[in-house]
Amino acid sequence: MGHELIGFLFPNDVHIHWTLMIVLYPYVTGLVAGAFIVSSLYHVFDREELKPLGRFALAASFCFLSVATLPLLNHLGHPERGPMVVVTPNFSSAMAGFGILYASYFLVVILEIWFVFRADMIRYAAESRGFKRMFYATLALGVYDTSEEARALDHKITRILAAIGIPMACLLHGYVGFLFGALKSNPWWSTPLMPVIFLFSAVVSGIAVLIVLYQLAMKIKGMPIERETISALARWLWLFMIMSLTLELLEIMTLAYEKAEEWEVIGPLLANQLSISFISVQMVLGGLIPLILLGIVVVMGAYMDDRIRNTLSMVASLLLLMQVLAMRWNVVIGGQMFSKSMRGFRDTYVPGMFEKEGILAAAAILILPFLLLVVFERILPTFDHLGQKTGDLNLDLDSEPRLG
Amino acid sequence: MNKTNQTSTRREFLRQSALTCGTTVASMAVIALILPDDAYAAGTTSEYDWDKHRWVYLIDTRKCIGCGSCARACRKENQVPEGMYRTWIERIAIPPEGEVHVDSPYGGEHGFEPDPPNAHVRKSFFVPKLCNHCSNTPCTQVCPVGASFETNDGVVLVDPKQCIGCGYCLQACPYGSRFMNPHTRTADKCTLCYHRITKGLPTACVQACPVGARQLGDRKNPNDPVNEILATQRVQVLQQQLLTKPQCFYLGLDMEVR
Ligand code: SF4
Ligand code: SF4
Repeated sequence: MGHELIGFLFPNDVHIHWTLMIVLYPYVTGLVAGAFIVSSLYHVFDREELKPLGRFALAASFCFLSVATLPLLNHLGHPERGPMVVVTPNFSSAMAGFGILYASYFLVVILEIWFVFRADMIRYAAESRGFKRMFYATLALGVYDTSEEARALDHKITRILAAIGIPMACLLHGYVGFLFGALKSNPWWSTPLMPVIFLFSAVVSGIAVLIVLYQLAMKIKGMPIERETISALARWLWLFMIMSLTLELLEIMTLAYEKAEEWEVIGPLLANQLSISFISVQMVLGGLIPLILLGIVVVMGAYMDDRIRNTLSMVASLLLLMQVLAMRWNVVIGGQMFSKSMRGFRDTYVPGMFEKEGILAAAAILILPFLLLVVFERILPTFDHLGQKTGDLNLDLDSEPRLG
Repeated sequence: MNKTNQTSTRREFLRQSALTCGTTVASMAVIALILPDDAYAAGTTSEYDWDKHRWVYLIDTRKCIGCGSCARACRKENQVPEGMYRTWIERIAIPPEGEVHVDSPYGGEHGFEPDPPNAHVRKSFFVPKLCNHCSNTPCTQVCPVGASFETNDGVVLVDPKQCIGCGYCLQACPYGSRFMNPHTRTADKCTLCYHRITKGLPTACVQACPVGARQLGDRKNPNDPVNEILATQRVQVLQQQLLTKPQCFYLGLDMEVR
């Protein structure tokens, strides 16, 4: 691994135990939580401007959720014993709750998907024959009632599930922050702010990924990108990124100003090991720049050409996706760049390309949810209902379907 | 639906539920039986009663000469993989001014070069380290499956048959006492030679130390000399502020030791 060691490290501390996989895990669950919250903004709070995304966000959340355990399993020394976390949990462990939280959240998301798409499934079953018919009929679980009352009930249940899902998404993700925040052994992790920071950045990444995917999907499908939708997403994103950035800065500033004992390692850590990934990427490139770009979209939105708005929010979203990934990296890897002797650092950490937990494996895990999303879209289209039911959706006749 | 019909379905339902519950309980019992809770008992003698002992460890840093015998003995006794340490020795060199110098080449296993690198040093000493067998352990607290646990006689152990290899305990230990064993892919650490002390033998490191800097003590044995020292002398533990209540005590520690 060719790393340099600086100062004195405890002899067992020269290894990085939590690798790229543990960076991905909070990243993916963050996307889950963020996308779900956007979908709930529509389903619970009736934000009409988010209607085009209500279903898609739910589907995206589901696809990310499906792969969320993969990095963990790949990380475990004994993945075959992974289920023991649920079978014989040790409840004093922060990690023991994961299985239960994850499983119940999965259930809520699947149920919500079923109720949202139920009528569609029945329609597809009716319109097709043979295997396809059987497939959709099975998905519908043999309930073929599409009467007004039944659909009203679907609606009601969806709303309840979406409402239950919000605190659960927050829990699932706040909890990931808690895993780190609750370790007194590590001054870079141990702060009660950690769950909150994780939560806000989760929402940021979720909204950002939706802005990107929504624009791409519309382009592929040749449908118009709704001005209201992008504006609303940009507004929410701006709000959440400001909060998330503020919290991230607050934590550091408090430590620095207090000259807390932690600062003895965190100061040099930020100045050296994390200078690029924290200051350049997380704060400037991924923080300040999107802050300005989104600020322009939000403040000047009314006078802006659609194409410019779409481009600006697209660029800001991509930068923010990188920012959140950098934040996860800085927390997880940064926390292992120094020894608990508080006297020594490792110089760098570069994951290998082909290692079990290396870059390639990480890329595969990151791509998987997007492939799943394509399959999902094939089986249960998430945008098709928009054009059909009512004509009042194309309010925005002059909007441009093009990306910048 | 008439009355009898209803009762019969209800009965059927109850029967089904009872069956399901029964199967679940039975399978859980089977799982409990398969799970090795006696992995460590197997290594102990039948006369050993863990409620009659409470193990502690005492290190006299004023005696340690940094020869590394203990670390070598530990590696042999416990087949500790190269590059990993269940015990190690640090050399602390404190000059009158400037940076404190700490080193531990190969965990001090092969001893130390004669001179501390800073020629002006007038205060220099060795500190042997190992798992502190904390009685308020962050490491067992965080283990999601309870594979890390504390025995009744005060030893913190890892059950390699249960450990899922998540590494959470490695992160939680503030002393760097744990490592991931590359062969078993489970968490590994000092066991206080549990296989030896439960047979009335000292730990390998205690036995190997030529100057008696390391001692094993039993809090429940009134005649134990370690108890006498703990009762009458000023002892310290590592990183006391973390309140992990280490059961490994030190004589002659300096504030620069972490
Ligand atoms: S020293 Fe570390 S591994 Fe040993 S009991 Fe204390 S916290 Fe656990
Ligand atoms: S690595 Fe093993 S012993 Fe340590 S917390 Fe994970 S399961 Fe428990």
